[in-house]
Amino acid sequence: MSAFTTTDFRARPPGRALAFWTRLRRGDEVAYTVTLTCALSILAITALLVFELYTNSAETRHKFGWSFLSTSVWDPVAGEFGALPFIYGTVVTSALALLIGIPLGVGAAIFLAELAPAKISNALTFLIELLAAVPSVIYGLLGIFVLVPMLRSAEPAIRAVLGWTPLFSGPFYGVSLFSAGVVLTIMIVPFIISISREVILAVPNEQREGALALGATRWETTWNVVIPFARKGIMGSIFLALARSLGETMAVTMVVGNDPKIHASLFAPGYSIAAVIANEFTEATGGLYQSALIELGLVLFGLTMVINGVARLLVLGTTRKGAA
Amino acid sequence: MSRRICIHSAALAAVLTMGAASAQQVLITAGGATFPNPIYSKWFNDYHNKLPNIAINYQSQGSGFGVQQVTAGTVDFGASDMPMTDAQIKEFQDKRGSAILHFPTVLGADVPTYNIPGVTAKLNFTPEALAGIFLGKITKWNDPELVKANPGVSLPANDIAVVHRSEGSGTTFIWVDFLSKVSKEWETKVGRGTSVNWPVGRGGKGNEGVAGQVKQQPNSIGYVELIYALQNKMNYGKVKNASGEVVEASLASVTAAAAGMKEMPEDFRVSITNASGKGAYPISSFTWLLIPSKIADPAKKKAIKDFLAWMLADGQKMTEALAYAQLPKAVIAKEVKAIDKIQ
Repeated sequence: MSAFTTTDFRARPPGRALAFWTRLRRGDEVAYTVTLTCALSILAITALLVFELYTNSAETRHKFGWSFLSTSVWDPVAGEFGALPFIYGTVVTSALALLIGIPLGVGAAIFLAELAPAKISNALTFLIELLAAVPSVIYGLLGIFVLVPMLRSAEPAIRAVLGWTPLFSGPFYGVSLFSAGVVLTIMIVPFIISISREVILAVPNEQREGALALGATRWETTWNVVIPFARKGIMGSIFLALARSLGETMAVTMVVGNDPKIHASLFAPGYSIAAVIANEFTEATGGLYQSALIELGLVLFGLTMVINGVARLLVLGTTRKGAA
Repeated sequence: MSRRICIHSAALAAVLTMGAASAQQVLITAGGATFPNPIYSKWFNDYHNKLPNIAINYQSQGSGFGVQQVTAGTVDFGASDMPMTDAQIKEFQDKRGSAILHFPTVLGADVPTYNIPGVTAKLNFTPEALAGIFLGKITKWNDPELVKANPGVSLPANDIAVVHRSEGSGTTFIWVDFLSKVSKEWETKVGRGTSVNWPVGRGGKGNEGVAGQVKQQPNSIGYVELIYALQNKMNYGKVKNASGEVVEASLASVTAAAAGMKEMPEDFRVSITNASGKGAYPISSFTWLLIPSKIADPAKKKAIKDFLAWMLADGQKMTEALAYAQLPKAVIAKEVKAIDKIQ
C-alpha cells in the first residue's frame, strides 16, 4: 500500500488527479459527487418543470399575453380564459389560513416545548404528527360534511361580531372562501406546531438559565429570549405551511364553492388555481383549453416564488430589527 | 423416484400449456368516460372470465381523456359521454389515417334534485323553469313558472341556491345540452361543454359533492346522475318533455327517450335530450365507445369485434342490475351491422 503511493508520487509530481484519487479512496470525493448530483437533480427537476409548463402553455400565452393574469372570465365553451379569480382565491384562502394558523400553531408549540409537562407534551406531539399525515381528501370530506354545517350554525355569531366589515357580508351558503381558509388552517397547523416545537426545544438551555439568572420570569424568558432565538426555525415552519396551503387541491375544491368570480366577502364562494386544474384537466379537450390550464400551473409556480420571496424579505427585515 | 418424475412432467405440462395460452393472449387497453365505468368494468371482467385469453384494461379518467388517448393512439379504443366534434374527428383522421366509429353502449340521464324545507312532494319542472333557474332569472321558489307547474304545492318565497358540478364531466354536458336546446338564451350566453361558465351557483365536486351541498343547503337545487340518485334513494323532480308530458326519470323512461328518436344517424353521433314521445325522459343521453375503423393487429381486431357483438347481446342484459338503461332494440340492430365497418 505505502509502496504503491510512494512510487506513484515519484512517477509524477503530486497533481490534481492524484489528489482526487487519494481523496476518492478516503471517500470525500465520492460523498461530494453524490451529494452534488442530488443537489443538481433538484435544480434539473425545477428547470424541467418550468420548461414543460412554459412550452405547453404557448397557445394561451400567445393569444392572451399578460392579460391572462388580469382578466376574470373563465369560459371554456367560448375559449376565453383569465386567471385572476383563481389567483385571488388561492391568495385569500392561504392568507386566511396563515392568519388563523400562525398564532394557533406557534402558541401551541410554545406550550408544548416550554410550559407543558413532558408526558403531556409527548402525547400531544404524537397526536399532532398523526394529524399531519391525514390525507387531504379526508380533510375535504370532513370539511364538507362536518365543518361546513358547523360553520353554518356559527355564522350568525360571526356575523354579529364582524358583520359590519365587507369581508363578512352577503349570504352564506356554507361552501366559501372562509370555509376553505378554515379547512386549510386545520391542515397546516400541525406542520407549524411540530416544526416550531422542535426548534424551540433545540434552543440551548444556557439561554434560559441566563435569562432566569437575570431575574426574568418564565414567560419573559420564553418570549424575550427563547422565541427570538428560535425565530428563524419558526419562520421556516410557516413557509412550509404556506407552501402546503398554496398548493392544496382536494380539500380546497370540496369546500371552496368552485365559482370563478371575485367576491369581496369571505362568505362568498371562490376557486383556487390547484383546484381548477384538478377539476378540469381530465375533461379538457382542445389545445387552447388545455394550454390555459397548463398556464395556470405556471402562474401557481410564479405566485409561490413571489410570495416566498416577499416572505423571506419580511423575515430578513424583522431579524435585522431584532438584532439591532 | 417415480413421484419425482411425475412432478417434473406435470410442471413441464403446465409450462407448455401456459406457453400455448400466452401465444394467443390479447391485451387491449381502453380509457375514457367515468360515468359508464361500473358497467364497463363488469363487462370487461365477465368477458375475460368467458374468454380468459382476452383482457381489456379500462382506465376511467374522463371523456376528454378517452378522446385524446384514442386520437394519440395510446389506447386501442376510447369511451366518451359526448360524441366527438367534427373538428376532433378530422384531427383523428389526420393523425391516424382512418375514421373513428361511435358505438352507443348504454344510456344515462340527469335528474334535478332539490331541498326545500316543508316541501315533500315530487316537483314538476318545465324546461323554461330549469333554464330560468340556472340562468339566474328565476330566483325564488314561488316564481309563477314553478307555481304554475306544481298546482297544490305551496312553494316558499325563498331564494334559490343553485349547485352545479365543479369538474368537467359528461353529466354536466348532458345537462347543458338540454338547457341549450330548450333555451336560446342559454345556447348563446353559456353553450355546451363539459365545463361551462355558469351564470349562477356554486360548484360541488362529483355527484357526491353536489348531492352533499343540496342536502345541507336549504332551498337549493342541483343535478346528479340518475344512477347516483337511485342508488342513494334521493328525491328528485320530474321534467316536462318536448311532447308536453311530465315524466319521472327511470330506466324505462330513459330507454323510451332513445327509442322515440325518429332517425338514428349512420355514425350514431346524436343527442337525445329534449326528447319527445310517450314516456320519454328529456334529459337522457347515450354514452359511446370510440373505436378506430382500422385496427392493424388482427388478433385485437377480432377481439374487439367479438366483444362488441357480445356487449350488444349478452352485455345488454346486465345493464339494469347496475341501474343503466338498455339500448332500444332498433339501435342494437343498427350497431350490429356497423361492427363490419371495423377493418
